Amino acid sequence: MSSQQIPEENLPVEQGTAHGAVEGAGDPFADPGLPAHKPRIQDIDERAANRSERAVALMFTLSMLATVGFIASYVIFPVDKIVYIWPFGHVSALNFSLGLTLGLALFLIGAGAVHWARTLMSDVEVADDRHAIEATPEVKAKVLADFADGARESALGRRKLIRNTMFGALALVPLSGVVLLRDLGPLPEKKLRKTLWAKGKQLVNMNTMEPLRPEDVVVGSLTFAMPEGLEEDAHDFQSQIAKAALMIIRIEPDNIKDKREREWAHEGIVAFSKICTHVGCPISLYEQQTHHVLCPCHQSTFDLSDGARVIFGPAGHALPQLRIGVNSEGNLEALGDFEEPVGPAFWERG
Amino acid sequence: MKKLSARRRHPLAAVVVLLLALAATGGLYAAFAPAGKAQADETAQSLAIDEGKKLYSVGCASCHGSGGQGTTDGPSLVGVGSAAVDFQVGTGRMPAQQPGAQVPKKKVIYNQAEIDQLAAYVASLGAGPITPTKSQVDPSGADVAKGGDLFRTNCAQCHNFTGQGGALTKGKYAPNLEGVSAKHIYEAMQTGPQSMPSFPDTTMPEQEKKDIIAYIKTVNGSESESPGGLSLGGLGPVSEGLFGWIFGLGGLIAIAVWVAAHTAKAKKS
Repeated sequence: MSSQQIPEENLPVEQGTAHGAVEGAGDPFADPGLPAHKPRIQDIDERAANRSERAVALMFTLSMLATVGFIASYVIFPVDKIVYIWPFGHVSALNFSLGLTLGLALFLIGAGAVHWARTLMSDVEVADDRHAIEATPEVKAKVLADFADGARESALGRRKLIRNTMFGALALVPLSGVVLLRDLGPLPEKKLRKTLWAKGKQLVNMNTMEPLRPEDVVVGSLTFAMPEGLEEDAHDFQSQIAKAALMIIRIEPDNIKDKREREWAHEGIVAFSKICTHVGCPISLYEQQTHHVLCPCHQSTFDLSDGARVIFGPAGHALPQLRIGVNSEGNLEALGDFEEPVGPAFWERG
Repeated sequence: MKKLSARRRHPLAAVVVLLLALAATGGLYAAFAPAGKAQADETAQSLAIDEGKKLYSVGCASCHGSGGQGTTDGPSLVGVGSAAVDFQVGTGRMPAQQPGAQVPKKKVIYNQAEIDQLAAYVASLGAGPITPTKSQVDPSGADVAKGGDLFRTNCAQCHNFTGQGGALTKGKYAPNLEGVSAKHIYEAMQTGPQSMPSFPDTTMPEQEKKDIIAYIKTVNGSESESPGGLSLGGLGPVSEGLFGWIFGLGGLIAIAVWVAAHTAKAKKS
């Protein structure tokens, strides 16, 4: 709509009057009202309206066909069938056809509805004035009187024993729901405080599944270890390794700044929990030049040469260190469990 | 004979004698040289070390010190081994262009012969990981599934699940592994370049390194399957969400604008 074509009745009334004749202008801010309604081609030409009807029906029919296609591809394609489709590459035929047909089915319903509304449904402008939300004074007075009647007849104000016990009953009922929450699972008991590590457990290399020997671990290397006796196909493997996972690195003993870390190490070989103390992400982005370990989730950074102290990020505690030594066979072994719960600051390690 | 002795005072006689003597020496050398072949390898090796030392003095000594002992600008090269040199120089990381958070991969400026000479020199400074042979890094026949398992245990925390790389602290990063040669991947695991820790044969045997190489080559190959369609860089929910917000919602907004911009009125105003 360009400003050149504003209909006559929409223009301020003083337009066209001679200069200076302001007093006869009336209200210059008067509501000009709605512009005159203009018909669409479908309102005038019945054949055009029929064409629109067919177009909408065609879109709805195509949508139906797409849904049939969706069901058909679900039945036809095996889940591991891979086809080459440019420009996506080698994709799953099932995923591709399901997405395409369902997308078309939904889009065509929407497109048909929009085309129907724009070309065939009434497009006459209708003004619907707002009305007051407030109730009439009579209704208000009636409600208040009814409420007062009820309060008087129930005698709640006078029989305080009934009122108070009723409040008590209503307050206690939700407790049954709270108690049922106990059925969400077994209590953690000591599980969050203990891991599989114990005195005498050998450190098993997670690559070779062989016990680690001190001479295997060179300065600058990174190795992951799990406690001996834990099998990868055991039913509780995931929940056990989630607590017991260990990072093994070696630092020249002179470069270890923390006294306790040096004492708990074996000739500079240190073992730290792999579980971040912030929210428990597995953390092993180890930079061997700085001995920093970065957590990929929230960028907490720990200095493994200084007792795994937090040097950046939201973590609240140093990574727990496992005290290690060498057994009579010359393999690395744990000298006990972690001193504190591993992972997120569980009840502030109370 | 008489004729010959008669000409012994000829002005060209000295020249003829000299030529004969030279031919005899050359012939004798040619006859006896093969006998000395046993020493040839050692000679070639020390020759490579000498040549490498020359290259080193020109290209490396300013940061790593005249004898590879290291300076404040560069670490000591004693004991890094030939594999480290082959990786660092062979991927163009060394010689470094400028100091920074991390020395990036760039155009390789030495040819393989020169890299081998440099590696021979640095290896002579102290024992370290040796450049792997072709058969050591060849991933054919390796266990790709086991390689994937090992990759997720040891490498994926920094290099992402399919080796697309990722960010570390203070501008450092784990590079993308796509297109990196099998030899250089092997050497990186063996030597632990820059921030990367090493995975020596004692904790990750040679066969497991091959499995990992096979996995990287398989998931990034042109034949690798992507059942979900576009992998969008293989970076996970960040790039997928960005794509959804920009192209999904953007497309819907564009359609809505197109619908509203086209009036259905018979008389266009």
